[in-house]
Amino acid sequence: MSAASPVTSSSPARLAAVVGPPPAEDMADKIMPPTRPAPSPWWAIRTAIPKRRAACLVGFGLLLPLVAWALLAASGRIDPVFLPGPLQVLGRIADWYRDEDLLGDIGISTMRVVAGWALSAALALPLGLAIGTYRGVQATLEPLTDFIRYMPAVAFVPLVMVWVGIDEGAKIAVIFIGTFFQMVLMVAEDVRRVPMAQIEAAQTMGATRAEIVQLVIVPSAKPALLDTLRVTMGWAWTYLVVAELVAAGSGLGFAILKAQRFLQTDKIFAGILLIGLVGLAIDQGMRWLHRRAFPYLSTRR
Amino acid sequence: MTTFALPKLRVRGLWKTFDASRRGQAAPVALQDIDLDIADNAFVTLVGASGCGKSTLLRTLAGLETPSAGELSCDGRPIAGPGPERAMVFQHYSLYPWLTVAQNIRFSRELGRRREARSSAEVESALGRADALLRLMGLAHVANAFPSELSGGMQQRVAIARALMSRPHVLLMDEPFGALDAQTREVMHDLILHVHRLERTTIVFVTHDVEEAIYLGQRVVLMAPRPGRIDTVYDVPLPARRTQDMKLSAPFLALKGQVLARIRETAGMQTDLDLLARIAHAGDAAAVAE
Repeated sequence: MSAASPVTSSSPARLAAVVGPPPAEDMADKIMPPTRPAPSPWWAIRTAIPKRRAACLVGFGLLLPLVAWALLAASGRIDPVFLPGPLQVLGRIADWYRDEDLLGDIGISTMRVVAGWALSAALALPLGLAIGTYRGVQATLEPLTDFIRYMPAVAFVPLVMVWVGIDEGAKIAVIFIGTFFQMVLMVAEDVRRVPMAQIEAAQTMGATRAEIVQLVIVPSAKPALLDTLRVTMGWAWTYLVVAELVAAGSGLGFAILKAQRFLQTDKIFAGILLIGLVGLAIDQGMRWLHRRAFPYLSTRR
Repeated sequence: MTTFALPKLRVRGLWKTFDASRRGQAAPVALQDIDLDIADNAFVTLVGASGCGKSTLLRTLAGLETPSAGELSCDGRPIAGPGPERAMVFQHYSLYPWLTVAQNIRFSRELGRRREARSSAEVESALGRADALLRLMGLAHVANAFPSELSGGMQQRVAIARALMSRPHVLLMDEPFGALDAQTREVMHDLILHVHRLERTTIVFVTHDVEEAIYLGQRVVLMAPRPGRIDTVYDVPLPARRTQDMKLSAPFLALKGQVLARIRETAGMQTDLDLLARIAHAGDAAAVAE
């Protein structure tokens, strides 16, 4: 404190009153939280923005392309064959629902995707667990898996027709080939990320190998595994159109392929949008499941 | 008692070498010819510069590392791998985040051998044990919380309680308070001393903090790096019952100075210090020249 400061008494209480907050008895019923609004800069790195602004931006981000699309189509500068407008596409979806079997197409496509993906998961989860847990299994299987996953799933279509035939099995097989090898490697990585200290703690408590896998590795990796399943579900949908190349008579991918033959671009748009919406719904469902199944991840201090 | 003279933990001629990182290179020696006896109910701290092998020695005692040569025994029985009589507390990431505090503490009860042979009396005694540990560690009010809801200090209390659940004879602690702030550490120090008096476990405690090593340990084992070896064993000249003000007492400070000086000598810090001195000297010279 400098000599010029207006302290007249040097008693500790007086000093504290000058340098510290005002005495409590004066302010006892006046203490209020500060009300200056927090600054909310747009471009502060990794800084939260107000909730309302975030919600507005989400709406803006979703509506902008839709409006741009509508304006572009309505301007008449682009041939509707190249770019049908949103209303035209909506109308096509309505026709599809009325005159053809829209719900059936959605159902059969979803069934194929889920079946191929579930088959992948049923094999990839135990295999990835073994690769991530035992170095011997990793050395044996990982290079091969890495090699196969770079092979284009599309190119397997003729082979699948020869091997599996042209029934439902063939469509499921294409989706399986597209997702399985990636899934194995991602599951193995999830398992390898289980902290060694969690495993060693169980060892020092006398856990057997089977108990460590069952009571530590699997439950520890579960949240990451559900995320992997969610991401690979998305990839499974991207292989749908390829899968329905194989002698299909129904399904969203088949509808797109048929519309392509007749240059019905509005129906192609409709099919693509529907696949996107169904995929989004499943993705959101799995995110909800993630929050429900792993409450301990969201209860941060 | 015939076993009276037998130490709790005995290490004889222990060597540990890791695989050479490059071909043609000599395998790095983590531990060179370690002999160590740790008496029943002792509190021994291992301290030393990084790379001195203190953690490796502890992990070998836990059975998590296999020795390259030498013998280790606990209660006269050779150590061949991890076992529930030697519990370990890690620095972090060892709690199970999907289990509540109480479930974490009871984890060892879920393991096979003890799950099969389970009478109602045993279940009751286990529940009583878990409750007692929750109270001892001051965790009763967070028994149903998840570890992610707790502070770092509280998480380490859970880890210690979990390790104590199966009444281990030996508690091995690998820098358990290394990630905690200074105030929380002080509280944990007195807590672990209290646990030691109450549970009568033998504790081997690894740390790089000399003050912590002296305050907690009845004996301080100073290790030196390259190759990892035991340099000096100090008996701490303080009463068995420690209080925080002893950290300022003359014998405490004298031993602290002695240990710190010895660590500097063995850690190869001298070349770094010489370099610093040269830089500072050059800086002074430049300032004079201006």
